Amino acid sequence: MLSRVANSLYWMSRYIERADNVARILDVNLQLLLDYRRLDDEHLARHWTPIVQSTGDEEDFFEKYEEANGRTVTEYFVFRRDNPNSIVSSIAQARENARMVRDQITIEMWEEINRIHLLVRSERAKDIWASSPAEFFHEIRASSCDLQGLIDSTIPRNEGWYFIMAGKYIERADKTTRILDLRHENLPEKGVPVLVNQTDALEWSAVLRSCSAWDAYRHIHGVDVGPRRVTELLILSPEFPRSVRFCVGELDSVLRALSGVPSGRFWNDAEKLSGRLLSELRFSEIDDIFESGLHQYLDYLQLQLNDIGEALFDIYIYHPFHEGFSDQQQQQQQQALSDPEK
Amino acid sequence: MSLLNNYASEDFFDEMVSRSSDVRGHYQRFVDRFGMVDREEFESKRRAVDLAFLRQGITFNVYGDSQGTERIFPFDLIPRIIPANEWEHLERGLEQRITALNLFLHDVYHEQRIMKDNVVPPFYILSAKHFRREFVNFRVPKDIYVHICGTDLIRDNDGTYLVLEDNCRSPSGVSYVLENRRAMKRSFPGIFESVGVRPVDSYSTDLLKTLQYIAPAGVADPTVVLLTPGAYNSAYFEHTYLARQMGIEIVEGRDLVVKDAHVYMRTTHGLEPVHVIYRRVDDDFLDPTVFRKDSVLGAAGLINAYREGNVSLANSIGTGVADDKVVYYFLPRIIKYYLDQEPILPNVPTYLASEEEDKKYILEHLPELVVKAANESGGYGMLMGPRASKEEIEKFRGLIEADPRNYIAQPMISLSRHPTFCEEAGFEGRHVDLRPFILYGERTTIVPGGLTRVALNKGSLVVNSSQGGGSKDTWVLYD
Repeated sequence: MLSRVANSLYWMSRYIERADNVARILDVNLQLLLDYRRLDDEHLARHWTPIVQSTGDEEDFFEKYEEANGRTVTEYFVFRRDNPNSIVSSIAQARENARMVRDQITIEMWEEINRIHLLVRSERAKDIWASSPAEFFHEIRASSCDLQGLIDSTIPRNEGWYFIMAGKYIERADKTTRILDLRHENLPEKGVPVLVNQTDALEWSAVLRSCSAWDAYRHIHGVDVGPRRVTELLILSPEFPRSVRFCVGELDSVLRALSGVPSGRFWNDAEKLSGRLLSELRFSEIDDIFESGLHQYLDYLQLQLNDIGEALFDIYIYHPFHEGFSDQQQQQQQQALSDPEK
Repeated sequence: MSLLNNYASEDFFDEMVSRSSDVRGHYQRFVDRFGMVDREEFESKRRAVDLAFLRQGITFNVYGDSQGTERIFPFDLIPRIIPANEWEHLERGLEQRITALNLFLHDVYHEQRIMKDNVVPPFYILSAKHFRREFVNFRVPKDIYVHICGTDLIRDNDGTYLVLEDNCRSPSGVSYVLENRRAMKRSFPGIFESVGVRPVDSYSTDLLKTLQYIAPAGVADPTVVLLTPGAYNSAYFEHTYLARQMGIEIVEGRDLVVKDAHVYMRTTHGLEPVHVIYRRVDDDFLDPTVFRKDSVLGAAGLINAYREGNVSLANSIGTGVADDKVVYYFLPRIIKYYLDQEPILPNVPTYLASEEEDKKYILEHLPELVVKAANESGGYGMLMGPRASKEEIEKFRGLIEADPRNYIAQPMISLSRHPTFCEEAGFEGRHVDLRPFILYGERTTIVPGGLTRVALNKGSLVVNSSQGGGSKDTWVLYD
């Protein structure tokens, strides 16, 4: 497979996953606020600011807006094309990558990516948004589900599929750590958190919902929501499909499928790092993590995921590949400017 | 006939009706069947087709738009129909033309007999913008220069087919031929069946065979790739479409690397050899070490590999000389010279500004003539005398006097018209042309029909997609 194609499949997949996660976070938090009767601006800011921080966009955000509230944060993360992490931008980038590999993906997938791209940029999207943000988010998430299903049911299990999976699981694990990190300020810096008040419980429920983990949690633990169990489920669960451990496990298998090296050994840095991280997650308890500090641990996980991604690129994509992109775009257009029908 | 009732030719040559507005024989069956379609049904099919095109991303990029806007190439649901005997005539004419073009290109890059015999004065060839003197005496695989050609045909007021231009570099539009057909089959399966239309879907297979035919000697199972300028090129949809249909890789310049005069593509498992490149990148951009130094669309060393015979290109380098509108002027003589035949498809009468007598005529008759720059296309660099303002005419007068070699003039040909759906107005006549696609390999194949482009603006003669053009499905009937 062309390295450039692998690159595009990987990013297409990451951006699909990203749009889905952003939609879920915003949706859940907008709804959460309906449960609070009266919130002053300061409380609202305390609620929304971590969401902006979680994507690392704080600086850019506060250049564009004075304060973080429901309106500004959702606008920033839904429609703003100058925010590369917004839903509209993520979908546009997923589609741009899909377009570069149109010959590699199925027509069904392409049409769905293209459909949702055209939809979120249309006037109709603004109408849906105005009348019901929940419905808008539902539309995004439904499309993401469609795409996941189409990937699963139409893409052959060859190299391309593994790059799609690698992108998906790295993005998903990363997003889970960021969603968990939203509420770290409510926790002691180190040590296992004790029982929490009603507001905190609601916010931890929101964390679960943001990871579509609410039902899974209740199934295991019942209705009492506390930070320790939520964190355990989202980091260490071997079964829940959005937990960091689960995602790293899948990622590790994908890397091994790509290289053909069995589990327990490694041939390249990506496998070495993923194998090491997976073992660590397998042999950790949640209290260990709290003892050393949840926030630091989540940071560490994000760095590890980043390193795995970079190692993957070094092996399969960069080593045979050089960039020179901005010049290229210009010439692609230039060539046709002089000769539009040829 | 309900929807097409009251449709009249209005003193133009119309594809569907005669001057007295009687339906021509080869349209009769279509008109009978189409008469059963009411306006509402038609509208809903039309919307469905537009939506499907948009959804599938069958679009072209609009340049100079920072938002990267994409538009669909408007599609008109009334097909253009060509009877079998007429098509046979076109096929013979096109085959004659591409044969002569290939002989001509071989000659100007080798013995240059036609120049020595002064049938085409050497000055015109040597001054042609796309003449590649670096490739004189270079032997291209199987001596084929133009493998894929898209010749633009128009019909004058008497219905005579004329050649407007030959596109010997990398003509686009064939994906619309294939997609338009799919759309028509979905929209009007019944009509389709009863009229008897020749299929077009062998194009991709024929194209792949044409490309495999020129593989370097000794390569048993050649790897063919399509080289695209990239996703920002206006024809990118077509590039991915053709690559997918042929089951070959679509590559960009940055995917290619040349080592020891062999071309490879960079894959996740290292370098893999490439043998034939269907390039949709202009000569100038192919290799920064030979042509434009700033090009990032090609691959350094590609031309060297080509010269060594380790990789083949379609179309060959240097075919642009045949697209020069001054060379076009000589095509009837070129056909006569190499084939000793009269041209089956005539040219549009043409005047060369670099010939004194012609120039005098051109300058005296500017308001009646169409003036074209010798190396522009897509409706650019052109003066439509009868529709131009005084300033435009004077501007072209200056241009012609300053650089007569680069201008030709032709009488304004009105172009045949075809019933076309025009929103509120219903069906009206709009001007059309025809671009058949000719493949020249082990044998010549021409996909029945081609791309019918239609100037959607009332009275307009410009069919280019960038300037208000649309397209139609083209039906060639069985005998």
